[in-house]
Amino acid sequence: MSKTIVTEIEKINKSTEPIVKYQNVTKSYGDFHVLKGINLDIHPGEKIAVIGPSGSGKTTIIRMLMTLEEPTSGDIIVNGTNLWKMEKSGSMIRANEKHLREVRGDIGMVFQHFNLFPHMTILENCMSAPIHVKKENKDEVRERSVQMLGRVGLGDKLDFYPSQLSGGQKQRVAMARALVMRPKIMLFDEVTSALDPELVGEVLEVIRDIAQNDDMAMVLVTHEMDFALDIADKVLFLDQGVIAEQGTATEVLEHSTNERLQNFLRRFRKV
Amino acid sequence: MAFIAGLSRVSQNVILQKITAVYVEIFRGTSLIVQLFWLYYAIPMLFGIQLGSNWWTGVIAIGLNYGAYLSEVVRGSILAVDKGQTEASIALNMSSFQRMRLIILPQAVRMMLPEFGNYSIQMLKATSLVSLIGMRDILYYGDIMRSTNLSQAPLIYVFVLLVYFVLALPLIWLTRKGEANSKKGVAS
Repeated sequence: MSKTIVTEIEKINKSTEPIVKYQNVTKSYGDFHVLKGINLDIHPGEKIAVIGPSGSGKTTIIRMLMTLEEPTSGDIIVNGTNLWKMEKSGSMIRANEKHLREVRGDIGMVFQHFNLFPHMTILENCMSAPIHVKKENKDEVRERSVQMLGRVGLGDKLDFYPSQLSGGQKQRVAMARALVMRPKIMLFDEVTSALDPELVGEVLEVIRDIAQNDDMAMVLVTHEMDFALDIADKVLFLDQGVIAEQGTATEVLEHSTNERLQNFLRRFRKV
Repeated sequence: MAFIAGLSRVSQNVILQKITAVYVEIFRGTSLIVQLFWLYYAIPMLFGIQLGSNWWTGVIAIGLNYGAYLSEVVRGSILAVDKGQTEASIALNMSSFQRMRLIILPQAVRMMLPEFGNYSIQMLKATSLVSLIGMRDILYYGDIMRSTNLSQAPLIYVFVLLVYFVLALPLIWLTRKGEANSKKGVAS
């Protein structure tokens, strides 16, 4: 696909309704306020990078969308439906598991520590959810999983167990596993942070491939600034529980006047 | 029994949790012999319920007692499975039942096996207690033989020990086998 067509698609996407909306979302652990009011729209196909100092709540933002953590207040709307609340006899109550499962079906996530299932081969890792959750045809799922594992460069290791793979390979399996579910939104939670430096490249390559060839929305929590600059449509700088700066990668990473962002970037580039 | 109680302990249902907690603490906290006597002598007298033959009484008492111990093993193993496994299965939109069945239990069972082996051998030996409620088990026959030829007592008891050991051997072997089987694909 040529670059111009990609931009055209992005324009069309952006004219559509956001697929996810955060409305004044906060999160506290006791007296510790991690997020103090997040407002954010994610449009279909949009690639968003979230950067910021550790402890700024970057990961919490996407964990709430994946239903791994419940917001303290505010709403997250997915495809027009409130994720954490549901209607019951006229009033909004806390969502039950059935509601969460219905709403989070289009969301996939890749974790910092891979979280592959150690008792399954990598092919089984990919196949289990489409078969059991989406009740898809087994042969079709197998075909798709094999194809996806081939795409991330592990087509020759289908019957290996996760313990037999390197960190970079594990993370690529984790991505294939998420992709086989055909999510509309993919969340990446510092997916290269647990990797040896020489293995980071192969994982970023796969993310780049997904970003360029798939039309799903992506939210990357990352410390790879240059990479973020390269693939993200939008960069968010999170600081002290709020989105302190947002815009295109160039705007945020190169032309921002936000002092704390400048400090953050300086510290980063020194290393 | 152990699985039911262990799973109830980790369930989100508070009432279920409390009920099983009471069960586990009562049966862990009191002696098996007393439980046997309760089931065999006290309960039929108090409530007029017969639990069937003394064989059934023995099975029920030992089952309840070891179920209580093992439920803690089940619970511990389930809680010991890395939290990331649960998170990954949520991210794949599995239901809580699917998470337990496909992801958590297969990994927890692997951790349970050594303990289960241990307890099953202990349980086998605990069966000698049923001689006290009039069942004819190995020890019962050993005692009879001893009472007929008193001078042979040491020899008879050595023989009884040997019988238990031989009975336990397949259990020991089975656990080893099970452990080896479930190790596939799992390092450490």
